[in-house]
Amino acid sequence: MINDMKPEDIVGEFKEAALNLFGGMQRKVLYTEIETPYPDGKLIVSTTDPNGVITHVNQSFIEMSGYTEAELIGAPHSILRHPDMPSAAFKDLWDTVKRGEKWQGFVKNLRKDGGYYWVKATVIPNIRKGVVVGYTSVRRKPSRTKVEECRKLYPTLF
Amino acid sequence: MSFLFTVSPDFTPDHLSGWYIFNTWLQKQTGEPIHLEMYNDFTAQREAIAQNKVNLIYANPYDAAMLVREKGFLPLVKPVGVSDEAIIAVGAANPVDDVAELTPGVKLAFTDDPDVKMMGMIMLEPGDLDAKNMQSLSCDTYVQVAKHLLRGDADVGIFLAEAYDDLSEMIKKQLKILVRSQISVIHHSLMIGPGLLDKREQFQQCLTGMASDEKGAGVLESLGFTSWEKVDDEEMEFMIDLMDTLSV
Ligand SMILES: Cc1cc2nc3c(=O)[nH]c(=O)nc-3n(C[C@H](O)[C@H](O)[C@H](O)COP(=O)(O)O)c2cc1C
Repeated sequence: MINDMKPEDIVGEFKEAALNLFGGMQRKVLYTEIETPYPDGKLIVSTTDPNGVITHVNQSFIEMSGYTEAELIGAPHSILRHPDMPSAAFKDLWDTVKRGEKWQGFVKNLRKDGGYYWVKATVIPNIRKGVVVGYTSVRRKPSRTKVEECRKLYPTLF
Repeated sequence: MSFLFTVSPDFTPDHLSGWYIFNTWLQKQTGEPIHLEMYNDFTAQREAIAQNKVNLIYANPYDAAMLVREKGFLPLVKPVGVSDEAIIAVGAANPVDDVAELTPGVKLAFTDDPDVKMMGMIMLEPGDLDAKNMQSLSCDTYVQVAKHLLRGDADVGIFLAEAYDDLSEMIKKQLKILVRSQISVIHHSLMIGPGLLDKREQFQQCLTGMASDEKGAGVLESLGFTSWEKVDDEEMEFMIDLMDTLSV
């Protein structure tokens, strides 16, 4: 349910990387240095099933990711995985939410057009009648100071 | 013995009489004795909830979480097309045009409206501002927030968007909006709780039919609403999860 990125979808000059994703999946990603600023006043929201497969996205999610709703629903959330993100960050995310706790962090996400956008993300488990039925993530606009810190820190975590 | 109905203290004062008219209509339609109790502030209302006195409430999204998780309330309806949004504004003469240009130490004016304050604080984060590095000026009303900005006692204010839009043109001309939230899924809801839960469906039916009832439509107008729509359990759970993620 996750395809390689196609050169015809990319806007601008791009580089190529191969990502090893969870479950043995491999994905070829194409990425540029073009940043899309986080829209003021909006929240980007998505929900996944317990395995991280997307079950719901809001309009802001669709607009910022560049994918259509149909392309997103049913895809693993790693469809947004940027090669500059250290996998340690996502291990921490999963370890935290699996303990039933909230996770918060700064994430650089990959757009369908090869560009990127930074978010401050919070992920929480959705508990219904005592059972975890999925996870919800809400992203808000990050401060530039925090983004700069992460821009320096993340390369050291590989 | 009558049931107790209350309204989140953040409602617009213009609609005070509307809620009394609504309560009369509701009693007639459901045949239940319901007493409307308006509390002056959130503290007094939460006290009544803690003592299990409340059976019916028009609740803000922040309190809705506690009402569902701790007090066994369930959602009935929400007004169609009305969502809670927040605005960050400064005085019109302030050279700042973006939240990112605000500096630590600024004086922030806000009310104790919990969800609006939360949304406002989130919109200030991109400027590296938080409760610890701002001076705070707590106000009773949004008009007071505006006045502090006009007088220069405060540098920046958090408003419920609806309340900001209702300010006089004269005041609005002297203010400048830095950010207006567009969240659209956070809303007040009419909720039913202890003592009345077995009547949930009856109440829901009555309320969703309100706009097509001649008298009902007039009552809705006095509340500033066009109609009620059903809120199901999952929609409420989703909003609670959302509030949870926003509160950290
Ligand atoms: C609710 C939720 C939201 C997530 N949001 C993102 C996201 O925006 N970007 C991202 O790269 N990974 C996100 N993840 C993590 C991915 O599921 C995945 O772990 C990550 O992209 C790394 O891929 P991998 O686990 O296949 O190595 C999210 C996970 C959950 C549960």
